[in-house]
Amino acid sequence: MNPDPLGFIFLDAAIINNFVLAAFLGICPFLGVSAKLKTAVPMGFAVIFVMTVAAVCTYAVNQLLVYLDVPYLRIIAYIAVIASTVQLVEMVIKRFSETLFRALGIFLPLITTNCAIMGMALFATAREYGFMQTVVYGLGAGVGFMLALVLMAGLREQLELSDVPSIARGAALTLLIAGILSMAFMGFAGLGS
Amino acid sequence: MSQNSLVMELRSPPHVRQALTTPVIMANVVYAMLPICAFAVFSYGASALLLLMTCTAACVLTEHVIAKASGNPTPIGDYSAAVTGILLALTLPPGFPLWMGALGGVVSIVLGKTLFGGLGCNVFNPALVGRAFLQASFPVAITTWTPPYMDGRFVQGIPSSFTLPFLEPISVVQFVEDSGIDGFTGATPLAAQLFEQQPTSLADLFFGTTAGSLGETSALIILICGIYLAARGMMNWRIPAAIFASIFLVGGFFYTLNPDVNPNPFFMLLSGGLMLGAVFMASDLVASPTSPFGMWVYGVLIGAVTYIIRMYGGLPEGIMYAILLANAASPLIDQLTQPRTYGSRLRSKAA
Repeated sequence: MNPDPLGFIFLDAAIINNFVLAAFLGICPFLGVSAKLKTAVPMGFAVIFVMTVAAVCTYAVNQLLVYLDVPYLRIIAYIAVIASTVQLVEMVIKRFSETLFRALGIFLPLITTNCAIMGMALFATAREYGFMQTVVYGLGAGVGFMLALVLMAGLREQLELSDVPSIARGAALTLLIAGILSMAFMGFAGLGS
Repeated sequence: MSQNSLVMELRSPPHVRQALTTPVIMANVVYAMLPICAFAVFSYGASALLLLMTCTAACVLTEHVIAKASGNPTPIGDYSAAVTGILLALTLPPGFPLWMGALGGVVSIVLGKTLFGGLGCNVFNPALVGRAFLQASFPVAITTWTPPYMDGRFVQGIPSSFTLPFLEPISVVQFVEDSGIDGFTGATPLAAQLFEQQPTSLADLFFGTTAGSLGETSALIILICGIYLAARGMMNWRIPAAIFASIFLVGGFFYTLNPDVNPNPFFMLLSGGLMLGAVFMASDLVASPTSPFGMWVYGVLIGAVTYIIRMYGGLPEGIMYAILLANAASPLIDQLTQPRTYGSRLRSKAA
């Protein structure tokens, strides 16, 4: 068991070791879906949702793997379990709440197999978090992802009208902003330790 | 009663008054920074002067060369590159190697400004982008401090200033010992307070007799220069006011909770780069929100994050990161704090 308090775990996942800006996981959706706030916000909620679901089910699967003494199956088992659980939950949402399903839309299946989700599950296992700790860690990771995504989307919307030189247009500018944001998040390094 | 010779001059309306232009504002920012530069040179001597000149020259030259290479008219006449260069130098320690300062200037202009589309499009404060780059690249050099008021500081530079590019900076320990100053710990007041629980007197912090970055030591001079800019309407007073108020209130709250562990709020206010950052960097016209309420939110965010990084982070000072983060958040703050259009109803659905 890891002795860290829940509040610290949340802040650690969301800000101090932000998944996108400090651990560099989940860069693909971060760059791809951050052009508009309108898409960034639902994507952020979808990530929070999937992270939390993944945290719950990988914790259970890990208990099973440890019980059966087959820890080397962890990665493949996590992939299968996260993907299938999210699909299952998506079906349930579609059946019971059409509005929520529309809001999350394409984003749910899009991020199911993302490395940020996988990384969260593996980090939580490696740090030997208990059940509540794992859930809070997943939630924090999702909130951190959303924070980075929303900041990025705001900046990109602001820069839409600016006269960016041709060499820096498009992906280059996005990566430049990501780099500066990442430098800004370096200020939180070592927080609380 | 003596005869006075006052003449009343009458002119017919409309009275046209020239609006403030960017070059005028930027030139005034430069004037406002000159007393700070003068005090830095007075405290730290030749090295400070060389560092100021190197950073400014690097910024202005980079701006000029890029404009020429891309076939645009050169924008260095608007003084904004000079402002960036001076600000960058003011945040660096006095013995900072000159080549690193020049590199920081180039990075400030290229990565912080030109690639975003030049002045008016830089979503981050360019000087702070350069400073953050230097902090990440040269963490030791940027935290090596030398004491102020050393003998012979005007004729002899600090040896680490003249480090050749890509070589390890020359150690200043021997230099400081040779100059006959006793008990210099190589720490700024903020680091001494946070890591060694050594308080510094508030008067020293206010008048600037402590060690630190070039421009951060004297709160008094920075305040006077800030009041000048605010009085001329070239800087919005709300942003520094919000930062001072938030760090004072947050600091005061924790100080009343536990005065033994948490420093005095006046200390938090006067120490480190808070004053310089709040007055000259957070108030960057481009990278800060435009609505009055948004400015308060922005300032409070900077103050709170600075307090958190100072008290709980691995670094003694956090104002730079706080401003960069708030710069990143300012488009969102602007969107969320749009003032009500005159005549429209509050919370109308058409918004």
